[in-house]
Amino acid sequence: MAGAKLRVVGKAHRKLDATAKVTGVTKFADDLFLPRMLYSKLLRSPHAHARIVSVDTTKALALGGVKAVLTGKDLPIPFGILPVSQDEHALAHDKVRFVGDPVAAVAAVSEEIATEALDLIAVTYEPLKAISSAEEAVAHPEPRIHDYGDYGNLHKLIDLEFGDVEEGFAEADLVREDLFFFEGSTHLPMEQHAALADWAPPPDGKVTLWSATQTPHYVHRALAKVLELPPAKIRVIATPNGGGFGGKSDPFSHEIVVAKLAILTGRPVKITLTREEVFYCHRGRHPTLMWVKTGVKRNGAITGMHFKSLLDGGGYGSYGVASTYYTGALQTVTYPVPRYKFQGARAFTNKPPCGPKRGHGTPQPRYALEVHLDKIAEQLSIDPAELRLQHLVPPNSLTANYLRIGSMGLGACIRKVVEGSGWKQKFRKLPLGQGVGLACSSYISGAGLPIYWNNMPHSGVQLKCDRGGGVTVFCGSTEIGQGSDSILAYIVAEVLGIDPFDIAVVTADTDLTPVDLGSYSSRVTLMSGNAALQAAERAREILASHAARKLEIPVERVVFADRRVFDAEDPERGLAFAAAVQLAEAAQGTVGTVGSYTPPQSAGRYRGAGVGPSPAYSYTAAVAEVDVDQETGIVIVPRIWIAHDVGRSINAAAVMGQVEGSVYMGLGEALMEEMAYRGNRNTVHKFPSLLEYKSPTTLEMCDVVTYLIEDPDPSGPFGAKEVGQGPLLPVMPAVANAVYDAVGVRVDEIPVTPEKVLKALKRKAKGEEPRFGPSTFPDIPWPEPTRVPPPWEGGDGKAIGQKATVATGERRH
Amino acid sequence: MLRLPSFRYFQPKTLREALAMKADAGADGMYVAGGTDLYPNMKRRHQEPRTVISLMGIPELKATEGRNDGKGMTAVGPGLTLTQLSVLPSFRRNYSALAHAAELVSTPLLRNMGTLGGNLCLDTRCNYYNQNYEWRKAIDFCMKKDGAICWVAPSSPRCWAVSSSDVAPVMVALGAEFLLVGPQGERVVPAGRFYHNDGINYLTKQPDEILAEVCLPAPDGWHAVYHKLRRRGSFDFPVLGVAAWVRWETGSGKRETRRVSEARIVLGGVASWPQEIPAAGAVLKGTALSDEAIAAAAEEAYRPAKPLDNTDFDLSWRKQMTRVYVTRALKELRGRPARA
Amino acid sequence: MTDPKVTIAFELNGELTEVAFAPHKTLLEVLREDCGLTGTKHGCELGECGTCAVLLDDQPVLSCLALGLACSGRRVKTVEGMAAGGRLHPLQEAFAELGAAQCGYCTPAFLLTAEALLAGNRTPTRDEIKQALAGNLCRCTGYIKIYEAVELAAARMRGEAAAPADESVYGRR
Repeated sequence: MAGAKLRVVGKAHRKLDATAKVTGVTKFADDLFLPRMLYSKLLRSPHAHARIVSVDTTKALALGGVKAVLTGKDLPIPFGILPVSQDEHALAHDKVRFVGDPVAAVAAVSEEIATEALDLIAVTYEPLKAISSAEEAVAHPEPRIHDYGDYGNLHKLIDLEFGDVEEGFAEADLVREDLFFFEGSTHLPMEQHAALADWAPPPDGKVTLWSATQTPHYVHRALAKVLELPPAKIRVIATPNGGGFGGKSDPFSHEIVVAKLAILTGRPVKITLTREEVFYCHRGRHPTLMWVKTGVKRNGAITGMHFKSLLDGGGYGSYGVASTYYTGALQTVTYPVPRYKFQGARAFTNKPPCGPKRGHGTPQPRYALEVHLDKIAEQLSIDPAELRLQHLVPPNSLTANYLRIGSMGLGACIRKVVEGSGWKQKFRKLPLGQGVGLACSSYISGAGLPIYWNNMPHSGVQLKCDRGGGVTVFCGSTEIGQGSDSILAYIVAEVLGIDPFDIAVVTADTDLTPVDLGSYSSRVTLMSGNAALQAAERAREILASHAARKLEIPVERVVFADRRVFDAEDPERGLAFAAAVQLAEAAQGTVGTVGSYTPPQSAGRYRGAGVGPSPAYSYTAAVAEVDVDQETGIVIVPRIWIAHDVGRSINAAAVMGQVEGSVYMGLGEALMEEMAYRGNRNTVHKFPSLLEYKSPTTLEMCDVVTYLIEDPDPSGPFGAKEVGQGPLLPVMPAVANAVYDAVGVRVDEIPVTPEKVLKALKRKAKGEEPRFGPSTFPDIPWPEPTRVPPPWEGGDGKAIGQKATVATGERRH
Repeated sequence: MLRLPSFRYFQPKTLREALAMKADAGADGMYVAGGTDLYPNMKRRHQEPRTVISLMGIPELKATEGRNDGKGMTAVGPGLTLTQLSVLPSFRRNYSALAHAAELVSTPLLRNMGTLGGNLCLDTRCNYYNQNYEWRKAIDFCMKKDGAICWVAPSSPRCWAVSSSDVAPVMVALGAEFLLVGPQGERVVPAGRFYHNDGINYLTKQPDEILAEVCLPAPDGWHAVYHKLRRRGSFDFPVLGVAAWVRWETGSGKRETRRVSEARIVLGGVASWPQEIPAAGAVLKGTALSDEAIAAAAEEAYRPAKPLDNTDFDLSWRKQMTRVYVTRALKELRGRPARA
Repeated sequence: MTDPKVTIAFELNGELTEVAFAPHKTLLEVLREDCGLTGTKHGCELGECGTCAVLLDDQPVLSCLALGLACSGRRVKTVEGMAAGGRLHPLQEAFAELGAAQCGYCTPAFLLTAEALLAGNRTPTRDEIKQALAGNLCRCTGYIKIYEAVELAAARMRGEAAAPADESVYGRR
């Protein structure tokens, strides 16, 4: 295939499910109705932190139409997405840990009756002191929210050293320290989570769960564990997600509850969460306090960097251990950092659990780093675009923390947005109140390690060629709107020379499809794409060999295109694709192949090296333009120029959609979105509603000028890298830097709200430091650092003193 | 899915029929117009009528060019949707501040349902109150519904929920009059007397009275504007609304001079009612809306504005914005050409 | 506890339809649960997101806040009623072509709101499109592909032979 002209890949395509989606035919989880279906509702805790003394369900059970009531006792086995954080119960067992923590569940003949029954469940609580912020968790090791974790209410403590940063600071011409805070935000998919379970009684003894989940494989595992059923007796079907963004990546209480209720009642049971409950599922962006100290030479070259983060994790582990590592992982992949120290801490607090939101753990440190660099550039009197261009991580290199960089298109990205935005004519030259800001970023194209330790493929594909010329692709990957189903079809169509719409795609069904780990960490195009590519190439090989024999030409001359299989040297000589399938089927039986993908082993061997490695890194640069109203502090973003190094677009139109959607979500985080709580009122969410959680409307969304940088990466299918998350990352720092360019104040806290801008402007007017942001980072009982000499100091990826037998990474995530 | 509780629903065709139905239903009955305020409140169990009487089938509530009383007053039906109101040519021409306020309410979808009357009677809002039942239970409720305390001001004997109507401050500023029809007969109430500064008991209208007509003063010799502050350009209620109205002195003939004979500044989103600031209006009298006069009025408006921590945004910022928004509203008024 | 069902007759997607439902149900619930038309979605049921928009007497409204009983004798159009004669509506065609539907959950509401806009304005400006769609939230697209799709459909509905702009599907070169 190498060098061949691409017929499908790289073009703008309609998605396979486009017609179903524009006609309303797509069935989302709540669109499913089964005969005799019951409705479930969850009773949730009104306390932020309390011990459950008793639960009395008698009255609820007596209500007409109620078929079953569950409490924590019925589902005693804990679960959680990470093997190291199995700290959740489907229904609270002994304690509740946030307002909204599920305590009991009802199944009834209607949603109205189920709701009524909730009020009849009597729960006695013994309230405990609630911890409402990470700082409070640091200050109060007791009462402990969980009886595990690294220290008191600190769930996870990390201390990693790659070389001697003090030596780096000593070499520097300028050493700068900054503090930043990034407020939590949530995914806010328009579809509220929903799940439907059905039970086939023994001898089948099988549960089927349809759920709006991004990770059916992990839900499958959690159900097997909690229900104590063999995995073969559970079928999980991920329905198309009405938006995910990371918010539907954990196994959830409601999924387990409806499965259990279906088993108990022998009837299908559906649950659809209210919008308020979606806020309680959360798993969104961790509120993160950050401190960064960097040494640079006069020309901007970094000599050393020390980065500290403190994450507010909420009430449960979720992906939090991985999130914490991610706040320190990708600082090194954009600009060379020869010596690097990272300290990260995650606190348990009595709020809905935080987890992976688009960018997972990396938007917060990326914001901090890019604003920090903007300040450094100003101190050095270097244009911030130039500063970055002069110091780019080289392609095909290894970073201080042992991340293997492949293709690296950041330079091209920066040049595009600088030129397109007129940066040189605008930066520090616009009238007061108007400004431009630049920021860059990078993101993984799939995590290098699976969530639970195993050495099996991360993605599998089965491919079936029909004698009619159609092809069916089976893959466990999950369509969440990003177009992952269609990616499989474009890749297979490219290889087999057929039309993407000749291909049927069957995905996300644990009975029918080989495992794919799920739609998270921007892994699907690269990983399931590579698996599909392998399966298609194997099918092509089979078909080509039979066609070559028939056409009496060497197999190398066989070309697949336009639904035909023909001789490259005499294109008229050939046969229809369907005929090629028939030939092969007659000769050797059913034509089916498999493909799978396992990422390369990572270079890091130290504990913690499991988070950060990826087969390929995408790169992005953005310039934001802002108008700042100096009387109100209101910031308007008219336009963003963004260039994204995607390696290669598989479907250009879908790539554009991901870039624009990422800018949108980034803009919301930059300006207005926040998960805010009333710490003094039982730590309730301040406004769990679509009205008061501010998601930008058409009137706030900026214009976006997008440039796609295509420098194919050998690790990706046809060179493709990720695009779903990376383009979100530079938006927040670009906006913050632009606000400084416009009015000369630094808002070192996301979101950049009018209140903060105005406070900083007032300080500036009074001659004080023109800044709004955090002023201290608490003392944290950091553990002994893990010291890993970087590659250029002769390191081999292992920590000093690490036993040779200790295997790669912190395996369990 | 968040659902409505069960209730009885009536669709009367006349005012008289509606009044009779309300009398039958008693205290458990409520009128509904567009439903965009009542139904969410019912879903969250803030308001729990057992009987809901729709006013949308009553033709007389939907008059676009109501009776003219000879004094130049224009009457419109409160049953008009906010969309209908904002596109009425006569309205856009003569009552542009009202049309503008109407088109700033929520979203186009909601304005196709929500009515003028509904916006004028909009329940006061508070982010300790506009929450689901379970959330309110977690804070042990508040005095506006099911509880004993006002969480915004825990030592206060009253409820501080916020008047969040966009149209109401303009009505007060214009000096509109409302016709109420009740079992006792009809009465006319000036817009300024239609509201109480109390989050619970925020209307002087009795529950069984129907807002039947809105009468607007003749469009001569005065100008009005409305400025709204909120986070987003749609969906959001005002965290501050400024309605500014000035009457210019009449000069030779009918033409106005550029001196203010009378002015009213009314703030929305800062109290439990549309808060008129008489002192701000007073300092404008006799001025040509000079920068100094405007600054003085803005200062007068700033002082009594008392936003509390129960809407979007930081309360001190909202208070500061009073000065900015009053200034901007008055500067816009100053720029308006004189009416021919 | 459960009130007896009521029956209404109304015009649903061009057909006279009778449907029985519990009297407290909203139009959203009646469409999805009693008419079997699940193309109409919901995101909050409080009028705060626009996901449930349908056309009621040709005007886009929030079906979560319209009472089913109030729709007796009226005309309702849902996304299921947009395609005709086995062909997609030009808006559906353009949304599909440009990827204006990502997850597709808010899409039916955007389509119907846009249809109402184009019924009254054959040549909407970008700003008019933004204003008309300001009551519909989308978390996937950043709205841009939606604007472009509405513009593309509008051009085609005016009889122009329009195609997606190269920049909108491949980026600026």
